[in-house]
Amino acid sequence: MDVLVSALEILMRWDVILALLVGSVGGVVIGAIPGVGPAVAIAILLPATFSMDPIVGLTTLLGIYGSSMYGGAIPAILINTPGTAVNALTTYDGFPMTTRGEARRALSLAYSASFFGGVFSVICLILFAPTLAKIAPLFGSREIFLAALLGLILVIVVHRGQTLIAAALVCFGIFLNTVGLEPVKYTKRYTFDQSFLSGGIDLIVVVLGLFALSQAFYLLNGDDEKIRLTKLRGGMLQGLRELAKHPRIAAVSGSFGVTMGMIPGVGEFTAQFLSYSYAQRSSKRPEDFGRGSSEGLIASETANNAVPAAAMVPLLALGIPGEALTAMMLSVFYVHNVVPGPQLFANQMDFVVALYIALLILNVLVLVFLIFATNSIINVVKIPNRFLGAIILTLSFVGVYSLRNSMTDCIIAALLGVIGFALKRLSLPVVPIILGMVLGGIMEVKLRAGMARVKEPLDFIDRPIAFILFLMIVGVLILHVRRVLAERREIKAEKFANKHASTNFGYYLKNRQTRIMNTRSKSVRRSHLRYSRRDK
Amino acid sequence: MRGDSVEERRFKGPIRGQLIFALLFLALSILLISQLGDQTKWIKKTKFAAQPRLWPMIALAGMVFFTGLHLWRLPRRRILHVDLQEAKRWLQVIEYCLWFIAYVWVVPNLGYLISTLIFLPALAYRAGYQNKKMMTYAACIGFSIVVIFKSFLEVKIPGGAIYEFLPNALRSFFILNF
Repeated sequence: MDVLVSALEILMRWDVILALLVGSVGGVVIGAIPGVGPAVAIAILLPATFSMDPIVGLTTLLGIYGSSMYGGAIPAILINTPGTAVNALTTYDGFPMTTRGEARRALSLAYSASFFGGVFSVICLILFAPTLAKIAPLFGSREIFLAALLGLILVIVVHRGQTLIAAALVCFGIFLNTVGLEPVKYTKRYTFDQSFLSGGIDLIVVVLGLFALSQAFYLLNGDDEKIRLTKLRGGMLQGLRELAKHPRIAAVSGSFGVTMGMIPGVGEFTAQFLSYSYAQRSSKRPEDFGRGSSEGLIASETANNAVPAAAMVPLLALGIPGEALTAMMLSVFYVHNVVPGPQLFANQMDFVVALYIALLILNVLVLVFLIFATNSIINVVKIPNRFLGAIILTLSFVGVYSLRNSMTDCIIAALLGVIGFALKRLSLPVVPIILGMVLGGIMEVKLRAGMARVKEPLDFIDRPIAFILFLMIVGVLILHVRRVLAERREIKAEKFANKHASTNFGYYLKNRQTRIMNTRSKSVRRSHLRYSRRDK
Repeated sequence: MRGDSVEERRFKGPIRGQLIFALLFLALSILLISQLGDQTKWIKKTKFAAQPRLWPMIALAGMVFFTGLHLWRLPRRRILHVDLQEAKRWLQVIEYCLWFIAYVWVVPNLGYLISTLIFLPALAYRAGYQNKKMMTYAACIGFSIVVIFKSFLEVKIPGGAIYEFLPNALRSFFILNF
């Protein structure tokens, strides 16, 4: 109870309340603009939050993170274009509902499901916080190293069909983090005797290059789209009533969101995929999925909105960000010398609870805002793409240049922007680079600290949590290898099924005479038999 | 362009440009790993886990190994016209890179406000919005960006050299706010 009171005291400040309002409204608007997304917005705003108190800065960023998915559902439902990447599944059932003339119902249902997902996850985590506070101190250097390694392996494995290049990009991220002066032995690594590289490559420069500048280039290089919007009439509250008819789907999807959000490297996509598949399997009308099913919409929206609060768990409890957005938030902690990890849970529980309550309030604020302002917000969808690209390019300057007033940072960000643009064009993932950079740095420090007390390699996993994490890593790798082998078998079978000519021509030639003879003799015997029957 | 082979049909994402990207990435990885001995140090009497060379070595070895495998598993190993067209598309954005770098170079000289008021409408003009309405929008948005970030959020952007020519009272006001 004392923790709750002191958490509320932390939040009862005008600047925190303002940050909540700005974050929630700004997040919805940013989410509703296809082509911006929370990653770009957070990357741009990050340096601006460094001058704020940690709670104010984090509340603003959390506000954008938590509310952008609400906004992202608007273009996903109305124009079949997801506002943020995680709203892609919403288009499956949301847009068909719009084409049936049920846009208002779809939006209302999406808001209600998102609200349920957000609130459900925060309540779960507030209830779970005391247990987390007990478990977190059990994580030493070795456990954090293994958890970070697990996160990296998961982020590679979840990119199905692209695991090899995802692994290469993770390694690229780890490499970027090693550039500069090494902090223990003070030796230079890959600085090529250039003074501007001695300080290393800043995470924010990489994030802005890969997310913001690449997005600006992508939009400037593309074409504008013609958009036709559906007019909305009537209230937005009917979704809550409809959601109440599907409590099982909402609860299961929320649980998937919470669980997947807590596992580093997994996140919204897996949560959505699992909940959507579950909803489809357990539905009485599975054939409606993808054609405007309300259950499908509930599953995808509940799952993705349950993730942000859960994603804060590995960040706050272990100091391990599970995805790009929480990786960016980690730098806010570092700037203010607040080190997230087991100590934060043990010593500043009120701060952690304050963040969760902020998320709870945020969800209420966003829902109220959307109920009244949806009709106005949908107009942001009309901003032309290339004009938006020009604005993002201008805003990216603030993010990169305000960091150290360095021209070289801007040049590095621009080069990474070109790499990010190429990756976008090729549909290759950017997140592995960011996570490689952040988790690679954590792994380097923790391995050094963890190995100091280790005599034999097996001592590294002699503690229960370390052993469990090790088993999880082995399990994930085995499952992945099994899946790869199964896919190879499928490809082989598909190839065989589509084959027009014999691929083993030599063998065919060798046995040709016998085969012909056999076939010939068979047909002769058959005809003889037929004739003999007829004779009878 | 997608061919008929099973691998090409099952490939995730577009195939055009993949080969060129993988080749460039592999070349970069090999170039970097060839510099490992020169650019990092192996310190005697230091534990393996604390060696400054360890993590660059792991990262670069991983880059070479996984990119090599990715290249080997690519469904098409011949550069076609579409691949070159895609690479040309990547090079096209260098123009916008130069716009960005020019903007960064101009800000410390002309000041944040003037630079933004020139840059955003000019870029909007280049992007094809050549009517008065869009140019006015661009200028207004540029002004709002400067006011929000520099005046309100007080981000660290230095005052322009041009402000030195202003009278004393105005100069400090402009340096602080614009």
